Amino acid sequence: MKTPTLLVAVWLAFAAGAVAAAAEVGFDDPALESRYQALTHEIRCPKCLNESIAESKAPVAADLRREVRRLIGEGKSDDEVKTFLSERYGDFVLYRPRMTPTTFAVWAAPFVLLGLGGLVFWRILAARMNQPLDEELPP
Amino acid sequence: MLRYLAPLAILVFIGVFFYFGLQRNPNDVPSALIGKTMPTFSLPSVTDPQNLVTSDALAGRVSLVNVWGTWCVECRHEHGYLLELARAGVPIYGLNLKDDRTAAIDWLARLGNPYVSSGFDPEGKAAIDWGVTGAPETFLIGSDGTILHKHISPLTAQVWQKDFVPVLREHCGPADCPFLAAAGSR
Repeated sequence: MKTPTLLVAVWLAFAAGAVAAAAEVGFDDPALESRYQALTHEIRCPKCLNESIAESKAPVAADLRREVRRLIGEGKSDDEVKTFLSERYGDFVLYRPRMTPTTFAVWAAPFVLLGLGGLVFWRILAARMNQPLDEELPP
Repeated sequence: MLRYLAPLAILVFIGVFFYFGLQRNPNDVPSALIGKTMPTFSLPSVTDPQNLVTSDALAGRVSLVNVWGTWCVECRHEHGYLLELARAGVPIYGLNLKDDRTAAIDWLARLGNPYVSSGFDPEGKAAIDWGVTGAPETFLIGSDGTILHKHISPLTAQVWQKDFVPVLREHCGPADCPFLAAAGSR
C-alpha cells in the first residue's frame, strides 16, 4: 500500500500548486485578463530559463507577474510592458525577441536556411533534368 | 569535389557551434544594466526603519550593492567574505530581499554586519528595477553611479580576484579605491 500513498501525496502537491496559482486575483475585464495571460506566457522567467513567468514557481516570476498585472492595470500597452521588463532583465526575457543588430541572426536564420535548402534542392533537380531520358532503367 | 567538401564544411561548422555553445552556462544571463546608471531606490533601513537608504548615498565612491536575505542559504555562505571585504574598507550596501525584518536584524547581530546600511525590500520592488532574479547577487557600482559589473551566486575570494579586481583596476586609481591594495592583492 506504499505506492498509492505516494501517488496521492504527489497528486496533492500538484493540486496545491494549482490552487496557489489560481489564488491570484484576476481582472474583472476579460479583455485585460486575456492580455495578461498572453503576455505572461510570452515572457521568459529570468531565473528558470525554460519556463514563462506564467508557468514558473520561482519567486521572481511571481514578482514579475505582479508587475505585469500592475502595469496593465495602469493602462500600459503590451509594448510598454515588454519595454519595462527588457530594460531591467534584457531582451532575454522576451520569448519573441525584438529585431536588433544582435538578434538579427535569430530572425534571419530560418529564411537563410530555407533559401539554402531551396538552392540545393533546385540544383539537384536541375542536374536530374539534364540527364538523358533514354537511360536504361534498373532491372 | 564540392559534393564531398560541402557536407564536411557543414559538419565542421556545426561542430564548432556546439563546441562553444555547449560550454556556455545557460544561467549566465547578461544583465541589461551593465554600463548604465544604477536605478534609483529609496528604502527604509533594515536596522533602523526611520532612516532611508537611498541610491544617493552611494554617490562619489566605488561601492558594492549586495542582494541578500535570511532565507537564502548561499548568502550565509558568502557572508564571511563580505565581512572580510568590509574590513578591508569596501563600502557594501545591502538590498534585503523579501525578508522578515526581525530575522534580518538577528542575522546581522549574530553573524556580523558587513553593510554600511541595508535597504528593506519585502516585496522585491526595488529588486525588479535592478533586474534582480534572486539572492545572492552583487553589483559593482562606479563612483559616478554606473553599474560596472554584476555577479550572480555567492561572492568568494576567487570571484573577487577574477571578476571584480580587473574591473576595479580599470575604473579607479589607487586613490579612489584604497581597499584594492588591501583586499585585492592577496
